[in-house]
Amino acid sequence: MKFSEQWLKEWVLTDCSIDAFAHQLTMLGLEVDSVSKVANAFDRVVIGKVVTATQHPNADRLKVCTVDVNQPEFLTIVCGAPNVHDNMKVAVALVGARLSPEFVIKQAKLRGVESSGMLCSEKELGLADLANGIMELPEDAPVGQDFRDFLKLDDVSIDIELTPNRGDCASMKGIAREVATIYRLPLHQPDWKAVKPTISDTFPVQLNAGESAPRYVGRVIRDVNIQAKTPLWMQEKLRRAGLHSIHPIVDVTNYVMLELGQPMHAFDFDQLQGRIEVRFAKEKEELVLLNDETVALNSKTLVIADSKRALAMAGVMGGKASSITNETRHIFLESAYFNPTNIAGIAREYGCSTDSSYRFERGVDPEVQTHAMERATQLLLDIVEGSAGPVIEEKLEQYVPKPSSIAFRPERAVKLLGVAIEPKEMWEIFERLGMKIKGTVHAECWEVSAPSFRFDISLEEDLIEEIARIHGYDSIPEAAHPIALDCPSDLFKTDQINQLRHLMAHRGYHEVVTYSFIDPKDQHAFDPNEKAIALSNPIAANMAVMRTSMLPGLVNTLIFNINRQQERVRIFEQGNCFVSHNDQYEQKHVMAGLIYGSVDPEQWGEANKWCDFFDLKSDVEAVLSQYFQLDDFTFTPAKHAALHPGKSANILNKAGECVGVMGALHPFLMEKYDIKKEVYLFEINLNFLEACEKFTFHAISKFPSVRRDIAIIVDQHVTAQEIADVVKQEAGDSLVDYFIFDIYYGDKIENGKKSIAIGLILQHISRTLLDAEIKKIMDRLIKKLEMHFEATLRN
Amino acid sequence: MQELSQILSSAKDAIQRSDSLQALEELRVRFFGKKGELTDILKTLGTLPPEERQKRGAAVNEVKEEILKLYHDKERVLSHAKLEEQLASEQIDVTLPGRGQHHGSLHPVMTAMNRMVKIFSSLGFVVASGPEIEDEYHNFDALNIPANHPARAMHDTFYFPDGKILRTQMSPVQIRYMAANKPPIRMVAPGKVYRCDFDATHTPMFHQLEGLLVDEGVSLSHLKGVLSEFFQAFFETKLKVRLRPSYFPFTEPSAEADIECLICRGKEAHCKVCHGTGWLEVVGCGMVHPKVLQRGGIDSEKYTGYAFGFGIDRMAMLFHGIDDLRLLFEDDVRFLGEFR
Repeated sequence: MKFSEQWLKEWVLTDCSIDAFAHQLTMLGLEVDSVSKVANAFDRVVIGKVVTATQHPNADRLKVCTVDVNQPEFLTIVCGAPNVHDNMKVAVALVGARLSPEFVIKQAKLRGVESSGMLCSEKELGLADLANGIMELPEDAPVGQDFRDFLKLDDVSIDIELTPNRGDCASMKGIAREVATIYRLPLHQPDWKAVKPTISDTFPVQLNAGESAPRYVGRVIRDVNIQAKTPLWMQEKLRRAGLHSIHPIVDVTNYVMLELGQPMHAFDFDQLQGRIEVRFAKEKEELVLLNDETVALNSKTLVIADSKRALAMAGVMGGKASSITNETRHIFLESAYFNPTNIAGIAREYGCSTDSSYRFERGVDPEVQTHAMERATQLLLDIVEGSAGPVIEEKLEQYVPKPSSIAFRPERAVKLLGVAIEPKEMWEIFERLGMKIKGTVHAECWEVSAPSFRFDISLEEDLIEEIARIHGYDSIPEAAHPIALDCPSDLFKTDQINQLRHLMAHRGYHEVVTYSFIDPKDQHAFDPNEKAIALSNPIAANMAVMRTSMLPGLVNTLIFNINRQQERVRIFEQGNCFVSHNDQYEQKHVMAGLIYGSVDPEQWGEANKWCDFFDLKSDVEAVLSQYFQLDDFTFTPAKHAALHPGKSANILNKAGECVGVMGALHPFLMEKYDIKKEVYLFEINLNFLEACEKFTFHAISKFPSVRRDIAIIVDQHVTAQEIADVVKQEAGDSLVDYFIFDIYYGDKIENGKKSIAIGLILQHISRTLLDAEIKKIMDRLIKKLEMHFEATLRN
Repeated sequence: MQELSQILSSAKDAIQRSDSLQALEELRVRFFGKKGELTDILKTLGTLPPEERQKRGAAVNEVKEEILKLYHDKERVLSHAKLEEQLASEQIDVTLPGRGQHHGSLHPVMTAMNRMVKIFSSLGFVVASGPEIEDEYHNFDALNIPANHPARAMHDTFYFPDGKILRTQMSPVQIRYMAANKPPIRMVAPGKVYRCDFDATHTPMFHQLEGLLVDEGVSLSHLKGVLSEFFQAFFETKLKVRLRPSYFPFTEPSAEADIECLICRGKEAHCKVCHGTGWLEVVGCGMVHPKVLQRGGIDSEKYTGYAFGFGIDRMAMLFHGIDDLRLLFEDDVRFLGEFR
């Protein structure tokens, strides 16, 4: 809701600075979005009359004007505007006028003719963004008067962002009521008188939409002068409220809407047949709207129709066929009340929000329609003349909203607000707001009813908010609510994910946040077996399905960074992925990471080695072992659409469930995404943390340990895990540590075989191991390795 | 005797002049070696008569001790010098950078989220969560936003074909939490929310933190108190906080909480962050609407509560002075690397 300060002052005369005033409005809940000057800060612009405008001797497109500005002599001004003509009233910037800080009017010679000033357009004065020629002033504009004074341009437009509940403030009257209430000032109604009907023409109206349209006020006005012009004062008020002047009839309906908050509509009376019918549209009924768009209506759409066809989308937009044109002679004016819920859905559905639908969907005062009709009639007759018939009103009384009586307890207000406001003050606040109160100040409970324009108030809490608003939110003290000592039992569990995030950052990863919706093509490339959940209304084609995996997002982030000259990228993300099983949506909390580039950042003293599977695996193992023993997990070769079949692994937990995958990006995908060098990725379902148990310590031995190393030659397909399983099984309790310290393929051993060097640390918990015992263990172990893997000892 | 004093003085002279441990070692051999000068004299002691042997022996030992002392002193000096020389040759360039992995970083929005959660946790709030794919009941209806309510139009909602939606706010977690817990309730729910809006000041996915406290005797002044406490902790400075009337369908009374502009402290008419108002709008809040409490199965006569909703992305931007929202989800590692 945008309006001019001067217009407001016609209603209520405040005397504070604009800054203080804007602050007060904001603190009332009418948030001031902007305060802007209604014109540029020019000076020395006066009203002039073009006495003659003759062709410039040396330029086709220029005219030489003699201009009367009520000075002893006429001014000669060269003007390039096509619309300048004799006897035109204009805004004249005199020599010395400053139109902007950089633009000062100087005496000048234009193609050989002296010019003493400039005839101004609306654009040059800051009254419009665009202009077509110079501004034409009304014939009665007084020559010589300062232009700023004439248009009262020392004014500002205040733009208020209304919350959806304050439809009552979508008008000058509504804003003025609030201002008068808060400043305790009288409210001045504009001075006008209702027009008595001079003709008896009426038109039948039928209400066929029940509670959706319970009141309709209409009026026939005959013989309007369609050539009339909207007076400048009205044009200016509309302009300062952000509306363009279109035509006097439209301008008047808009003006009344701004003044009283009641949207109105004017039909060309000659186009109406039979009667006005307020009804729901027939399914697929067609209507050509004022904006030339043809819409196929549905049966939930309220329309204004005549006996033949739909004429307008009720409360939203008029139709082309019955609109006012240059041929219109008689008009039919509409001022109706429509139920907010009907209009809200409709405007959204057809994508045509208008000033009218803005108000109807927030609600208008159900009692203001007749008043608005009288006001519009009076303004119209002043401008376009004509003869008005009697006011027609149809209503469905039972559906017209009535203010309800609300039980209000002053004590409850004090309790809910936490500030001691006296009942007397509350009583007075209600009175100032136009509420009716039954009861006495000292009674425990009052019966309060809101005026018809405060349809947003229906509960005691609504009334309490009004008390707080007028008393001032600022005066509510800060207090602490006493709370029981109560520590959540999962305090540390909730921090586990944070610990993992910190761990990743310590290991050189940057945390990223990518969108939860991704390109269906990426989704399919990475996770073809999972059916992604698609949005009905995605914001873009490449953000159309919910991710089932984080890997596409990470790879796209990698590409984004490669394109920005990054040669080494380590990133991770933590968040939700979404899958659908039997039409049930499931949300998976996952963590995923990606490495690309050298193992370490390029630096002195280290070989610049490209990262591989095992660099990533150490990070994955760090994540897994943060809350578990690493032995609780196994890595098995995996088949994954996005990963290299020879360099990928499933990560299994103790129960053998797959909790994650890791590996190299599949060469097909590298090619598809044009990535030239190897990328390694992992993704872990964070629900693996649920199995985490409190860790119990194991005693350490005080006795010496013994190290034994062996090297065995086995088939190259025998895995480290398989060997480890045998070693751990056979070495028994004395084995405290086990590791592979070398792997060798090459000339010195048979083709298809590999040599694995194993270190074993043996130790007894309560005594020193004897050489014989150690020998026995080692002999047995070697025998088992021979048995399982046909291993041979390497010399 | 003459011989001994000659040995002593030549030893003194030679030890003094020796300039390396090797030279010193040669001297040791010269005097004490198998064929050393003193060793030779000692060998002759056995041929002397007992009383002279003793006298002579004492004199030889005295000289020996003195030479040894000189020798050891010199040896200490020379070894120390040698060590110094060796250490000097081992000097490294301590200004070279350290080896290994560089530190990564945590995303500024996640960091802001955790900072907020930490503050509310220390104030006794528990952390709750809910599904990102929500139903309209929890996201709208239960929050007093019926179909066609203008507030729905303000949430440009993402829909799924089956009528489910991506949650547009964290408030549905309130409803889920109330259904599962009895008062007193103190919870915060941070998470991702979605609206179909993408421009310089909106991303279709963003983050909110919702808070809810329901108990007996909770008032608007308690809400003001907790917010004031929170802002001071979050920004580590005392900031003015103001509440002003606003509207949310699920709170009544409703308020926007503004904080004093962190950049200009209300003193710059052309401040780009607060646009000269001196205030920053950071949280929507209010007293929980009685209908919302009732839908949560809570007696709205006995219990009252407050709720608040923060934009986490905005908090992160304010905290770090980030001036372009779009940077947050581009994930440029150069940007992220700043938040080590």
